[in-house]
Amino acid sequence: MERNLFKFILNFSKRQQLVVLALAALSYPIILITLELPKAIVDEAIGGNTRWASDLFGIQQGAEADERIPFLLILCFGFLFFVVLSGAVKYVLNVYAGRMGELMLRRLRYMLYCRVLRFPQPHFKKVSQGEIIPMITAEVEPLGGFIGAAIQIPAYQGGMLLVYLAFIFMQDVFLGLAAISLYPVQLYVIPKMQARVVALAKRRVREVRQLSDKVGESIGGATEVHAHDTSAYERADISRRLDRIYKIRFTIFKWKFAIKFLNNFLAQLTPFFFYAIGGYFVITGEITIGALVAVLAAYKDLNSPWKELLNYYQLQADVRVKYEQVVDQFDPPGMLDEAIQDADDVGPDDVKGDLQAANVTYSEDGRSKTVEGVNFSIDLDKHVAVAGGGGSGKDDLSLLLSRILMPTGGTLSLSGDRMDQLPEAFTGRRLAYMSASPFFFATTVRENLYYGLKHRPLREPEYDEAGQKERSRYITDAASSGNTDHDPFADWVDYQAAGVEDEKELDHRAIEVVRIVDMADDMYQLGLRGSIDPVARPELAADILKARTALRQRLEDTDQSELVEAFDREKYTENATLGENLLFGTPRDGTFNVDLLAEHEYVRRIIREADLNDDMVITGRQLAETMIEIFSGLPAGHEFFEQYSFIGSDELPDYQQLVARTATQEPADMRPEDRLKLRSLVLKLTPARHRLGLITDEIRAKVLNARKLFADHLPDNLKNAVEFFDPESYNGAAALQDNILFGKVAYGQAQAANKLSNLMGEVLDELDLRETVMLVGLNYHVGVGGARLSAAQRQKLGLARCILKKPEVLVINEGITNLDGASQRRVLESLLEDFKGRGVVWTLHRSALADHFDQVLVMKSGKVVENGTYDELNRDGTLLKELIDSE
Amino acid sequence: MVWEEHTVTLQEEVELLRNIPMFANIEPSKLKLLAFTSERLTFGDGDVLFEEGDPGDSAFIIVDGSADVVIQTPSGPITVAQLGRNHIVGEIAILCDVPRTASVKATTKLETMVISKDLFFRLIMEFPQIAVAIMRELAERLEKTNAQLRAVSN
Repeated sequence: MERNLFKFILNFSKRQQLVVLALAALSYPIILITLELPKAIVDEAIGGNTRWASDLFGIQQGAEADERIPFLLILCFGFLFFVVLSGAVKYVLNVYAGRMGELMLRRLRYMLYCRVLRFPQPHFKKVSQGEIIPMITAEVEPLGGFIGAAIQIPAYQGGMLLVYLAFIFMQDVFLGLAAISLYPVQLYVIPKMQARVVALAKRRVREVRQLSDKVGESIGGATEVHAHDTSAYERADISRRLDRIYKIRFTIFKWKFAIKFLNNFLAQLTPFFFYAIGGYFVITGEITIGALVAVLAAYKDLNSPWKELLNYYQLQADVRVKYEQVVDQFDPPGMLDEAIQDADDVGPDDVKGDLQAANVTYSEDGRSKTVEGVNFSIDLDKHVAVAGGGGSGKDDLSLLLSRILMPTGGTLSLSGDRMDQLPEAFTGRRLAYMSASPFFFATTVRENLYYGLKHRPLREPEYDEAGQKERSRYITDAASSGNTDHDPFADWVDYQAAGVEDEKELDHRAIEVVRIVDMADDMYQLGLRGSIDPVARPELAADILKARTALRQRLEDTDQSELVEAFDREKYTENATLGENLLFGTPRDGTFNVDLLAEHEYVRRIIREADLNDDMVITGRQLAETMIEIFSGLPAGHEFFEQYSFIGSDELPDYQQLVARTATQEPADMRPEDRLKLRSLVLKLTPARHRLGLITDEIRAKVLNARKLFADHLPDNLKNAVEFFDPESYNGAAALQDNILFGKVAYGQAQAANKLSNLMGEVLDELDLRETVMLVGLNYHVGVGGARLSAAQRQKLGLARCILKKPEVLVINEGITNLDGASQRRVLESLLEDFKGRGVVWTLHRSALADHFDQVLVMKSGKVVENGTYDELNRDGTLLKELIDSE
Repeated sequence: MVWEEHTVTLQEEVELLRNIPMFANIEPSKLKLLAFTSERLTFGDGDVLFEEGDPGDSAFIIVDGSADVVIQTPSGPITVAQLGRNHIVGEIAILCDVPRTASVKATTKLETMVISKDLFFRLIMEFPQIAVAIMRELAERLEKTNAQLRAVSN
C-alpha cells in the first residue's frame, strides 16, 4: 500500500484533482472583477471620475445625474451578477472536491478493510480489535476531508490570496507591502506554535487510545475486579490517565488561545498601516478614496484565504503523519496474496487422492516450532483422528490442514496440488474447518447456517425501475472508489454446492443437518417461541390454526381441558390480568405495554366510557390495603416483594399514605394521581392466580364491555399497536406456541406446562408440522457473537454449518467439547455416517473417541509419533493407549 | 370447554390454615402472607402428589377432594390412610431433610395448597413467633407420642 499520502492521492485521483485545479483557475478572474467593480462604483459612478468603466459605457467627465444613475445601476447589478457567479463556481468546486474526498475516503477504508481480511491469522493475536476498529472508522475520517481539499485549498485559496494581493499592489505598491509586511512573522512564528499543538494532539490521541483500551480491559475483567476488591486500584489508575489527558488538553488550550491572540493582533495591525499610510496618500492625493475603500475590502477578504492556507499547512503535516501511522498498522508481514482470495478457481469436480504432509513445520515466531517435520498421508475418503496431549501441536496441525495457517516449512499437498498456492475459492469451499469456539454473526440461525455457502453473488435480485437506477448508481460509485460492486442483496447461496436445487430443499437439508448435530429439539423449542408473518406465509399460518383446533380437541378427548383457559371474546379470562382482559390481544409494540397500560390516554378513555373508573379505584384501594396488611411486616427489599407483591418495598410507604389519605374519600374526590396508581394496581390482578376475590362479577361484566368498546373505537393510528385474539385467525404478534395454545395456561394445575408441551408435540407430529416448526426456529436471532445460544448449541450449529456446505474434507479441531458425553458420541457417529466416502480429520479432545476412525495420528511435541489404525495402536506401550488411560 | 372459576378465596384459605394445628397459633396477617405466597395446585383423579423415596420439598394442604397414602411392602402397595379436606400431608419434609416415607395419590379431583420448604423457612426466619407456635405444636405431638408409648409399654 502506498505509504506517502500525496502519492496515494495522485495515484487514485489525478484526473479529478486536475479538474479541481481548472475550476479554481476559472474563479480567479471572476474574483478580480468583483474587486474592481466596487472601486469603479465608488470612483466613477458616484465620484464622477472617468476610467475604464466610463470609457466602456461612453460616460463623459461631469455627466449629468440622469446619465450617471443608470450607469450606477448597471455597475451595481454587474457586481451582483459576478458575486453570484463567483459563489456558484465556488459551490461547484466544493461539491466536486467534496465528492472526490468522500470517494477517496471510501476507497481508503475499503482498502484497509480488505487488508484486514488478508491479515495472517497469527497477527490477530497481536493486534487488539480496539486498535484496528477506530483506525478504519474514526481515525481516517479527517483524511477524507483533507483529500478533497488537498489540491483545492492551495489552488483556490492560494490563487485567491494572489488575486487580492495583486489587486492591492495594483492600487499602490506601498499599501501592498503594508498588507504583507507581517506575513514573514506569521510564517515563522505561527507554524512553530502550531507544531507544538500538533505534537500535543498526537500525544492526546495516544493517551485516549490507551484510555479506551483500559476501559475495555476493566469491562472484560469486571469479574476479577469484584472478586478481588480492586475497584479502588482500578479507579486510581483511571484517575492517573485522566489527569494526563487533562494536562495535555489544558496545555493545548493555552497554546491555542495564544495563537488566536497573536493572529488576531497581527490581523488588526495591518489595517493600522492602511489607515496611516493609505490615509496619508489620500490626503496628499496620490490615490483616490475609492481605491483605499477597495483596498480595505480586499484586505478584509485577504485574511480568510491566508488563514485557510496556514491551517492547510498544519493540517497536511498532521494528516500525512496520521496516514502513515495507519497504513503502517495495515501492512503486517506474511499477508495473504490478493490473488489467492480473488481467484474463482474452485478446483476439479472431484477432489480425489490424498492429503500429503512432507516435512511440514510451523512456527509462529520463527523460533519455537509447534509442528516440526511432520510426514504423513491421509486418504481423502477416510476418517482420521488426531490424538495428542496439550502442547502436542495437534491444534496448529488442524489449522494447517484446513489452510487457515500456512506451513513455515515443508509442503502440504491436496491431491497433488500445493495447498499454500490453492485459491480460497478452492480451500474455502472444498474444505471445512470447525474449531471448538465457532463464531456466529449477529443474525438468524438460518443465515449463520448458510454462511458457508455464500461465496459469490449468484442470482441478481429483481429491482423495480427506481431500484434499477439506484443499483446502476451504486455500481458507478463503487467503481470510482475501487470498491466491489457485488450486490449484497443478491442471492449468494450456492445451492448446488450443498447438493440441493433450491431454497426449499436447502431448508429441508438444514433440518436433516440439525438432526445430525443433535439439535432437533432445541430448534423445535426455538420454533415454538418464534413468530411468523401470516401475510407472508399464509399456508403455515393455516397449518398452525389446524394445530390449534387439534390441540383443543385433544384436550377435550383426554379430559384435560382445565389445563388451558381458551380466549373467548364473551368471557372473562380468569388466568389473565385485568389489563390483558381489557386489551384482549397481543401488543405489537410498546404502545400498550401492559405495565403502563393505565397511563395510556385511549385506555383511560375506554375505562371511563365503560364506567369502570370507580370500580377499579375502589378495588385498587382494597388491593393496596391487602398488600399492606400482608407485606408490611417484611423488611424492605425482601425477596417476597419481588416475587409476590403488587407493590415494591420502596413504594409501600407511599401506598400506606395513599390508603390513609383516601380512606374516607369517594373516588371522584381523590387526587388524579392517586386514582391512576390504584387503577394501575388493579390492571395487574389475575383472579385465578391471586385468589383475592376482589374482582366481582359486576367488574367482570364491565371489563367485557370495555373490551368491546376498546376494539370498536380503536382509532386508526393505534390499529397497528395491538392484534386482537381471534379464534379463527393467526396472531402475527404472538409466538407460534401461543397461537397453538390460544389461551392461558391455567394456574394451579399440577404439571400443566409439561402435559401441554407433550400434547402439543403429539398434535404437531400428527399434523406433520414438527419440521415446519423447526424451520421457524431457524429464524431465531442468535445475538451478538451467538450470545443468545448456549455454548453447546454454538458448537452444534458450527458443526452444522460445516456439514451443510458438503466439503470434501472436514477438519474439526476438538469442536464438540461442550456437549455431554452421550451427545458427543451421538454427534460423532451420525456425522461420520453422513461423511461416508468423504474425508474427516478430527483432532480429538478425548482420545477414546478414536475408535470410530479409520486411521489415527498421535502427536507429541509437534511430531507425529504414531500412525495407524485404532486396533494397531490401542495396545500397551503406545502413546495412544497412555492418552486413553489417562482420561 | 367450561372454565371452572376458583371459588376459594384467600380469606377462606386463611380459615383453612387456621384449622390445621401446626398453624393454629399464628396470627392472621402472617397466615394471609403464607396463603398468598403459597401455590394452589389441582390434581386430577389418579395423579400422584409425590412418590415414596422422593426428596421432600413441600407440604400439601388438602382444600377439596381426597387422596390415599400408600406405602410399598414386599407384598405390594398398601393404603395406610385416607386424606380429606383440612388434612396436611408431607409436613415432616418441610421441617427436616427426609425422603418421602409414603406415596400420596389423588383418588378424586384434588385441590391443594402447596407450602414449599423454601417458602416456609423464609417465613420462619422472618417471623420467629411462627417458629414458636410450631415448636409448641411439635412438642405437643411429641408428648402425645410419648403418652401413646407409655400406654403401649404398660
